[in-house]
Amino acid sequence: MKPKYFSIPYVGWMAIFVVAPIILVFIYAFTTPTGALTLRNFSDMGLFMPVFIRSFRLAFISTIVCILLGYPVAYILARENQRVQRVLFLLIMLPLWMNFLLRTYAWMSILENTGLLNQLLTALSLPPVRIINTEAAVVIGMVYNFLPFMILPIYSVIVKIDRNLLEAAQDLGANSLSVFRRLIIPLSIPGILSGVTMVFVPAVSAFVITQLLGGGMVFLLGDLIEMQFLGTAHNPHVGSAISIVMMLVVIAFVIIMNKFGAGEERTVGL
Amino acid sequence: MPKELIRLSNCAMAFDGEDVLKNINLYFNDKEFLTLLGPSGCGKTTTLRIIGGFLKPISGDVYFDGVRINDVPPHKRAVNTIFQKYALFPHLNVFENIAFGLKLQRQNGKKLSKTEISSRVFEMLDIVSLKGFEKRDVTSLSGGQQQRVAIARALVNRPKVLLLDEPLGALDMRLRKDMQIELKRIQQTTGITFIYVTHDQEEALAMSDTIVVMESGEIQQIGTPEEIYNEPKNAFVADFIGESNILDGVMHSDGLVEIFGRKFKCLDGGFKPMELVDVVIRPEDIDIVDVSQGMLKGTVTGITFRGVLYDIIVDFHGFKWLIQTTDLCPVGSKIGIKIDPDGIHIMHKSQFSGMFGDYSSFSDEYDEISDVAYEFEPEEAEGNYEA
Repeated sequence: MKPKYFSIPYVGWMAIFVVAPIILVFIYAFTTPTGALTLRNFSDMGLFMPVFIRSFRLAFISTIVCILLGYPVAYILARENQRVQRVLFLLIMLPLWMNFLLRTYAWMSILENTGLLNQLLTALSLPPVRIINTEAAVVIGMVYNFLPFMILPIYSVIVKIDRNLLEAAQDLGANSLSVFRRLIIPLSIPGILSGVTMVFVPAVSAFVITQLLGGGMVFLLGDLIEMQFLGTAHNPHVGSAISIVMMLVVIAFVIIMNKFGAGEERTVGL
Repeated sequence: MPKELIRLSNCAMAFDGEDVLKNINLYFNDKEFLTLLGPSGCGKTTTLRIIGGFLKPISGDVYFDGVRINDVPPHKRAVNTIFQKYALFPHLNVFENIAFGLKLQRQNGKKLSKTEISSRVFEMLDIVSLKGFEKRDVTSLSGGQQQRVAIARALVNRPKVLLLDEPLGALDMRLRKDMQIELKRIQQTTGITFIYVTHDQEEALAMSDTIVVMESGEIQQIGTPEEIYNEPKNAFVADFIGESNILDGVMHSDGLVEIFGRKFKCLDGGFKPMELVDVVIRPEDIDIVDVSQGMLKGTVTGITFRGVLYDIIVDFHGFKWLIQTTDLCPVGSKIGIKIDPDGIHIMHKSQFSGMFGDYSSFSDEYDEISDVAYEFEPEEAEGNYEA
C-alpha cells in the first residue's frame, strides 16, 4: 500500500468536520430562513461594529501583554542549560494539560469579589479590587491561556541564534544591552510574529473566557456568534455571515503576518 | 627593536578538569604576523580566545601594552576577531555589518557622525575589493565575499590586533591561496598585528613572520618559517611542518651521525658523545643515484604522482622513507640515495620520538593531511531544541 493512502482517514475526517461545516456556513450566510438567496445578512453587519472593535482591541491588548511577559521568559529559557530548560518547560506546559474550562474556572475563583486575590489584599489591609466581570478579567484569562503559544515560538528562534554571532557582536564593542537590542531582538522577530499569530487569532474568537470571567458584561465576537446559533437571538444566517467576516479578517491578518515574516524567515537558518 | 604588544604569562586553561593549555608564556610584537599552528585540540584556538577575552585563563596573566587585562570584557578590548565561520549578522546588509562596530563607538562620549561612519565603511569596502556590494544581503554572498566582509567589519574599527581563527578553513584551495596573499597584503598596508590560528602548515609558512607550533597545550617551537622548517626542535614539529623522514641515530661527534650503522656527515653539533638522537631528512633533500653509488640502498615500494614530482616510498632495512623526486622509479626497482650534510638535521630525543616520520602507513597519513575541512566541527544545532 502506498504511504499516501494512510492519510485517507485524516482527509475524510477533515472533509466531514472542517470542510463541510464551512460550506454550510457559506450557504447559511447567503440565504434567508426560507432558502432564498440574499445579501441582507451582510448588510446588517454595521450593527455589530462595536463588538468587532472590542474583540480586536482586547485580542490586541492580550497579544501585547503576551509579548511583554512571554519574551523575557523565552529569552531566559533559551539561555539556561538543558536540565533547567526541561523543568521550566514542564512548568509552562503543565497548565495546558488541564482542561481549558477548569483553568478558566480557577481564575474565576481567584478574581471574584470575595476571591483569592481580594482575600489576599484584605489580609494585607489593602483595598479590594473589582476585577471580575470587567475587560481586565477577560484579558487576564486570555493571556493566561495563550501565553505558552507566545513563549514557545520565540524560544525556538532564540535558542537557534548562533553563539558566534553574539561573540562577534561583543568583539565589535557591544555590551550586553547592545547585543540584546541590536542582535537578539531583531533575530527573534520571526518567533515573535508566529507567536502573535498564535495568540491573536484564538484571542479574537475567544468566547468561553468572556462568559466566565466577563460575566456577560464583556460581549465579544465569539459570544455574538454563539448567540446567533444557540442563544436568544437565534439567527444562524446572520451568525454565519459574522463568522465569515471574522474569518476573512483573521485570514487577512495571517497573510500580513506571513508577509512580514517572509523577509525574516531565511535569517534564522544562517 | 620591535615593540611588545601582548604577553601571556604562565597562562593555563582547563575544561572539565582536562588541561587544554599548560603554562603558556608567549609575547606578541606590534605589527607582526604571528601564526599559532597546530593540530586540532592543541590549544591554539583557546589561546586566541583568551586574548580576545572570551575565555579567562584559570591561572596566569594576560597583558596588553603592559596593562593586565584578565578581567577586561571582550567589548572593551582593542582587539577584533575574525571567526571561523565569519559570524556575519544575517539581518543586516553588507554596509550595516561593517558599520556595526563603528555605530557602537564613542569618542569623548559622542557617537561617530553618519558621514564619518559611511566614509570609513566605503574605505574598507575598497580595501577588501567589495565596492558596490554595500547594499547586498550578506546571505547572498559567496564564501570568499563573506570572508571579505568579515575582514572589513573587524578592520574598520582600527584595532591594534586582529585575531583570525582559521578564517580560510571553509574556502576552496584556489580561493585560499588568493586570500592568503590578500590577507598578507592587508596586514602589511594597515600595519595591524595579526594573530592567526591555523592547522594548515603551508598557510602558516606562506604568511607568517613568526610561527608558534603548539601541541597538547604546550608550545613546541617558536621561530620564523625558515627556522621552523629547517631547524625543527623535535619530531612533532618536523612531522607537522612539511614531510619528514625521522630516524633513530647516534651522534658520534659534532658533524658525524650514525644511521642504520652507517656514518653520515652533517652540520649539527653540540650533542653529548654517543647521544641517541632523532634525525630528520626531508624528502626533497634526498638525491637518487645508481645503486652502486648509493650511501644507502633500498627498494621502491610505492609511487604517487603529485604533478611537479613523484612521491616514492623506499624501503631501507625495513624502514620506509618518503622521497620526492622528478625521476620516475618504478615499483620494485632498486635505487641508491645520497644525502648532502646540510640535508641532515639532528634533534634531541623528545616525548614525540618514535611517533612520527615513518611512512609505512603512507596513504593513511596523506588522507589526513589532504582533508582540508577535517578540523571543521559541525556545530549547527539544527532542530536540536525541545518544542
